[in-house]
Amino acid sequence: MKPGTVAVVGAAETTDMGTITNLSVIGLHADAAINAMADAGLGPGDIDGIATAGVSPTEVAMYLGITPTYVDGTSVGGCSFMLHVRHAAAAINEGLASTILITHGESGRSRVGAGRFGGSSASLGGQFEAPYGPAGPPTMFTIPWLRYAKTYGASERDLANVAVVQREWAGQNPRAKFRDPISVEDVLDATMIATPFTKLMCCLVTDGGGALILTSAERAGEFAAKPVFILGTGESVETPVVSQMADFTSSKAFRVSGAKAFAEAGIAREDVDHLMIYDAFAHLPIYGLEDLEFVGKGEAPGFIADGNTAIGGSLPLNTNGGGLSYMHSGMYGMYALQESVRQLRGTAAAQVDDVEVSVSHGVGGMFGASGTIIFSNAKPS
Amino acid sequence: MFSASGRGTLYSYVINQRSMPGYEAPYSIAVVELEEGPRMMTNIIGCEQTTEALELDMAVEVTFEQCSDEIALPLFTPAGGAR
Repeated sequence: MKPGTVAVVGAAETTDMGTITNLSVIGLHADAAINAMADAGLGPGDIDGIATAGVSPTEVAMYLGITPTYVDGTSVGGCSFMLHVRHAAAAINEGLASTILITHGESGRSRVGAGRFGGSSASLGGQFEAPYGPAGPPTMFTIPWLRYAKTYGASERDLANVAVVQREWAGQNPRAKFRDPISVEDVLDATMIATPFTKLMCCLVTDGGGALILTSAERAGEFAAKPVFILGTGESVETPVVSQMADFTSSKAFRVSGAKAFAEAGIAREDVDHLMIYDAFAHLPIYGLEDLEFVGKGEAPGFIADGNTAIGGSLPLNTNGGGLSYMHSGMYGMYALQESVRQLRGTAAAQVDDVEVSVSHGVGGMFGASGTIIFSNAKPS
Repeated sequence: MFSASGRGTLYSYVINQRSMPGYEAPYSIAVVELEEGPRMMTNIIGCEQTTEALELDMAVEVTFEQCSDEIALPLFTPAGGAR
């Protein structure tokens, strides 16, 4: 897409966040969607495109009373919403729809109206990984880390640093689930889940939702909120099973998606003021920083240890507290996008000064898929 | 298609510390790189389930666990017998 042709004009999360026992999955989608429509000053009759993952876009459209001419049910895990943004931008430019609503809602903790986790026994994972006793993402997403650690001389302390820094950000966010400061020792001494990952290196499991509304940049001035323009987008997939990831020290889907987004945006890494990297587990920001080429291979642990991603650092990262401390419903990508939009609107809880360009980078599955969105609050000329 | 020797090296792993139905913690969930190149998920058995005993790149060899009359699951042990 041409940079700056499409804008986010509505963005909101669910009214509550964390433990929400009175809303089912579809209720969380609706709550977020209603909040996003209110943010944009729009009603369901103004929306002509719908995208979602986890539930069918048909269900969301019917529930909200939307009659779409554009429907996207791309579902590749937690980064699906980055892909929805990318597809919606292309669709708007192509005239498939003018005003597209992207919704997410997940009762990750309370499981109200939520289905079971896991794939069929006939899937690749069912045949070739399930027989070895994996207990969900904490025991699969984490498998590549020891290879990274041996290759680059990293340790558990590097994982702990990620959690400590993000907790500092969360301390500034009243909506974050975990806000009390933690030390490296606290992280290392927490309950061991899947060695070497302790509980504080793993994401939360909470309830929530979020929604975005996109339209053409030409119309962006009609809306109350400060528009957030899309500069560049990328997406890719690699493998449905973590054991077949080509390189355990780097995600091919990250590299492909990130390179595509930066090429499209036509900006340099130094132009980025704020960064969100989907952190289901503490090693993900390390892989993300390297695979998006903010730092060289093996350099991310030192970059984080030196405070670059922390409050006051050169590249503020996961400023909502991330999946480790803010919230994680299951498909967290929507919350990374929401925080990028807030930072660019100047409305974030832990607002960074002078943010003009923000990158939201998501993962789906266990390094299976990826989506990258580069936003700016300045329309490129 | 080719025959695999059953020899390989330990590529990466975690040690699950929570028991699952049919799996008593701690147990390794590992990826082994076969001598012929491909990698596969497996469990490393026949040694302590600790990071000290499970050294990356150590030589491992296949052993089959008979799960039923029709299904034998390929697991791996440290090469040259249990440590």
